[in-house]
Amino acid sequence: MDYKSDIIVIGGGLVGAACTYGLLKQGLNVALLDEGDIAFRASRGNFGLVWVQGKGYGTPQYAKWSLGSSRLWPTFAADLLAETGVNVELQQNGGFHFCLTQEEFDDRAHRLQSLRDAVGEDYRYEMLHQAELRERLPGVGPQVYGASYSPMDGHVNPLKLFHAMHLACDKRGAIYKVERRVQTVTHADGIYTVQSAGDTWQAPRLLLTAGLGNKDLAAQVGLHAPVKPNQGQVLVGERVQPFLKHPTIFVRQTDEGTIQIGDSLEDMGLDDTTRTDVLARIAQRAIICFPQLAGLNLIRSWAALRVMSPDGFPIYQESSTHPGAFVATCHSGVTLAAAHALRLAPWIAGGHKPAALDVFAGDRFLDPNREFNNGH
Amino acid sequence: MATDLFTVLPECAAARSVRISFNGVEKRVVPGTTVAAALLGAGESRLRASPVSGDSRAPYCMMGVCFECLVEIDGVPNRQSCLIPVAEGMTIRSQEGRVQLDAKEAVSHE
Repeated sequence: MDYKSDIIVIGGGLVGAACTYGLLKQGLNVALLDEGDIAFRASRGNFGLVWVQGKGYGTPQYAKWSLGSSRLWPTFAADLLAETGVNVELQQNGGFHFCLTQEEFDDRAHRLQSLRDAVGEDYRYEMLHQAELRERLPGVGPQVYGASYSPMDGHVNPLKLFHAMHLACDKRGAIYKVERRVQTVTHADGIYTVQSAGDTWQAPRLLLTAGLGNKDLAAQVGLHAPVKPNQGQVLVGERVQPFLKHPTIFVRQTDEGTIQIGDSLEDMGLDDTTRTDVLARIAQRAIICFPQLAGLNLIRSWAALRVMSPDGFPIYQESSTHPGAFVATCHSGVTLAAAHALRLAPWIAGGHKPAALDVFAGDRFLDPNREFNNGH
Repeated sequence: MATDLFTVLPECAAARSVRISFNGVEKRVVPGTTVAAALLGAGESRLRASPVSGDSRAPYCMMGVCFECLVEIDGVPNRQSCLIPVAEGMTIRSQEGRVQLDAKEAVSHE
């Protein structure tokens, strides 16, 4: 079958769904092509934080972009609720980043001071030594040296977010197809053509939001998106009585009582399987943070692959050789979902490019004189 | 109420040799089965209350996926009764909502 639309979006994860929702709100007719259940899906394996503190060290534009998204989040969550009836359980009551040693604490203080100097007074946080931390957050263990706290931070239920965005896209009339892995994109006479599973899609615009698949697809339309997988493993515990009112970097409790514990950070290629030694270290660290978790029954664990650029920051760019072809890829698909729907999509739909996005062009990685370290 | 939803086969019913208790009531059940199957065979279909809605729940998938069959066994909460072989003397209680994490655990690690 042949499909025609205003834009083809390749990849139906958190980034693709948020952009599709935003494009539909701009009045575009959108075809969203997704893979099947065996795809690597960071969108179904993440930790659910809407997080600002600490991000963008050395690149304050990223800190500002994240902060801007967190501020759009209440509107975004309210829109999703109104359109779908799904409450994504957004809570933005501040988050804690634990420091287990004095060295970690001092590094953290330096990093956040540097970010506040670059971003401005809006960048709010406090460094808390142990006594103050334990007063603020009952249950923290005696081996935790301290923490940074930021009222900018929060969390959502990431699976409900994923569901709500897809439902909103469906209600607004997106053409959504699964089991449509795309390997080749062609461009002729101003029209992009994509073929998959015997069907053909055509549109004057193209958006790549294919996560790890962006690397190969981008190269076909004059874009550069050298993303690599980075594995994270997490644990999920039984539902327990509420004891943790704020999200933290290692442990959070959902409003339904579930405990989620993260996470590891490893270069494992495309391996998304868990290993017990890694899970044991994650569990041990969580027990240091909250000793009462030693009595928690675990019910599930998984690994997922983060989509990481060489510097850890997003890639947003329109192709200079292939007009109307865009790539959007990032690690923080939850935090940035609001910005993707409400700020990125209007640009991709044909509006002005937000000046804040210039620094995120994928071409930055082509500069032979620059070196990149993950500053996410 | 559909109390006869599950029936123990006659040749098995004769061998109800395992003694357990459920919410304080002694039951004799068939050996070699799971706690969930034993309780269903003994006419018990409400094994827990949902921690979210408070509604009654019964075992559903019987293969460890759905977590509808959670019970407390010998003092350990939130156990998947469809995955645990029934054993002589087990003390089983329905799982009533969320567990309170034990503050004593916190003390023992300090």
